[in-house]
Amino acid sequence: MSDTRQNAPARILGLFETICLIRAFEERAEECFDAGLINGSVHQYIGEEAIGTGVCTNLRHSDYILSNHRGHGHSIAKGADPEAMMKELMGRVGGTSGAKGGSMHIADFSVGMLGANGVLADGLTMGVGAAQAIALKGEDAIVTVFVGDGTTNRGPFYEALNWAMIYELPIMFVCENNQYASSTVTRTITAGDGPTARAKAFGMPAFDVDGNDVVAVDELAADLIGRVRGGGGPHFLHARTYRVKGHISRDKMLYRPDGETEERFKDEPLGRCATWLVANGVDPAEVERARNSAYARIDAAVEAAKAAPFPDAGLAYADVQDFGPPEPWSPAGGAP
Amino acid sequence: MTEMTFADAVREGLAEEMRRDPLVWALGEDLSTAHGGTSANQYLGLIDEFGPKRIVNTPISENTIMGAAVGAAVAGTRPVADLRMADFAMCAVDELVNQAAKIRYMFGGQARVPLVVRQAIGMRKGGAAQHSQSTEAWYVHTPGLVVVAPATPADGRGLLKSAIRADDPVVYMEHKDLWMASGEVPDDEGLVPIGQARTLRTGTDLTIVSWSKMALLADEAAQTLADEDGVSAEVIDLRTLWPWDRKAVYASVRKTGRLLVAQESVQVGGFGAEIATDVTEHCPDALATHVRRIGAPRMPVPYAEPMENEFRVTPARIVAKARESLGA
Repeated sequence: MSDTRQNAPARILGLFETICLIRAFEERAEECFDAGLINGSVHQYIGEEAIGTGVCTNLRHSDYILSNHRGHGHSIAKGADPEAMMKELMGRVGGTSGAKGGSMHIADFSVGMLGANGVLADGLTMGVGAAQAIALKGEDAIVTVFVGDGTTNRGPFYEALNWAMIYELPIMFVCENNQYASSTVTRTITAGDGPTARAKAFGMPAFDVDGNDVVAVDELAADLIGRVRGGGGPHFLHARTYRVKGHISRDKMLYRPDGETEERFKDEPLGRCATWLVANGVDPAEVERARNSAYARIDAAVEAAKAAPFPDAGLAYADVQDFGPPEPWSPAGGAP
Repeated sequence: MTEMTFADAVREGLAEEMRRDPLVWALGEDLSTAHGGTSANQYLGLIDEFGPKRIVNTPISENTIMGAAVGAAVAGTRPVADLRMADFAMCAVDELVNQAAKIRYMFGGQARVPLVVRQAIGMRKGGAAQHSQSTEAWYVHTPGLVVVAPATPADGRGLLKSAIRADDPVVYMEHKDLWMASGEVPDDEGLVPIGQARTLRTGTDLTIVSWSKMALLADEAAQTLADEDGVSAEVIDLRTLWPWDRKAVYASVRKTGRLLVAQESVQVGGFGAEIATDVTEHCPDALATHVRRIGAPRMPVPYAEPMENEFRVTPARIVAKARESLGA
């Protein structure tokens, strides 16, 4: 008989594979950036993979997620194709957004990933709107919005939480508390008792979890998502984690005390999940195979992206708007 | 044809579109209270017909009124977001400019953002600095957006309906001083196409291009020019500012040889400057003299009536500018 427990080792091994896929993607993305293959910044999710993984595994294909500037992990966890994503980062044909957006605007609407975002907190306001659309259409879907700790100091965070509560929307807010707002330690610029207390001020059920423990995130997310889907209204999940890398890949992290990153890296989620798997009876060779398989898939994605052509420059003019062509020098632009 | 006010005609247009398409809904402050909207009852009674899921009475949360409209549009509905006044809409410029206007493009066409954002513009009596602004140029300057600014009840209704059916985000600017103005409204569907100007008055000596309430004042000015100067001025109400009806303006300028652009908004950096430059570039041989423009001075709108009137772009000021062009 199959093991149907939430933390069945076979299930957690599946989550481990996703964590490895995200880790490999982020490491290779940095290498590609350093090699000059990526025409923009890369915000890495390394050290935070357990959160997106543990949350999205409990979502359905028809559910929506909205992300922030650090959106690669959320996309992969929601089911986006890493090869199309890598093509997007390199600005090649076959990219998820046709090479129009790059890393910071990674999106895959075909899997319900409604976009990363270059502006913090806008995912919250758009997320409540997407939830309102679901309610209006009478659909059985929910919305999950990922925000960082720094975003809890933006006004729209409060507007959106209030809004979600008054309309009892099917939405879950996930605050990934990686301790840093860009290069500033968030607690040095934040009053009060933190994100959970702020959510509770709106009467929203809010819970803390160790965001580096994918088993714990998975368990809590399954519970909260079940409540949201069952008509329980908005819920708030606060996951403590640590941003192993800088704000962007080329950030030298001069603001961090010596040794902090190394010390905190001991707690990173990939290693913790591997340890958990072995302790729960999974063959270490199988764990290693899962890891290698993820890296092989991402390496293949990198090669495919490198081999893909750049888009025709003329495609730059597409998809601006229906009414009125770009001007003055688009092919269709200019005077009648 | 039925005589009705601008506010009533636009409310009818919204109700018609909501009956036609169950995915059309409206959100904004005070929409379902006894006020039925802001100061002109533009939503009065709609709550009774459509209920609170489609006439959504929101908190004073401009970021989320706009952001939720974007998210709901992306997720397959057609929201009409009412931001009450262009002055308050500034609180939500981020969601409009960074999200609504960009999503289709930056996600490579994966989504459309079919929303309408209503923002009332223009001076009323005593509105002063923060309740009087006309900010159309901000949005014309933003790729991805359509901008409409109707002047009559029929155009208000017809353009709102076209805006709701459009797949682009549309900034719908209604002049506060026009809400209670009456006019003939067609009894049929009355759609007004986006991007099509209307000639308010035909003429041969001078073209005056304008939009929103100023188009009506330009028409008054044209009457004065006819009565006092024997001049035949053609008045074009653009109705849509982006994309604006170049064909209509070029054809008129080629006929009259003289162009004056009149706007209520601040002249410096305004949309009139775009029209003036564009016509100069594309109709150089047709122009008997350089293009003139008239707009408000670059200063906040004052409060006290004498100062307020000093600030206004009036028919008299339009006439003076027109005479300058005609005398050149």
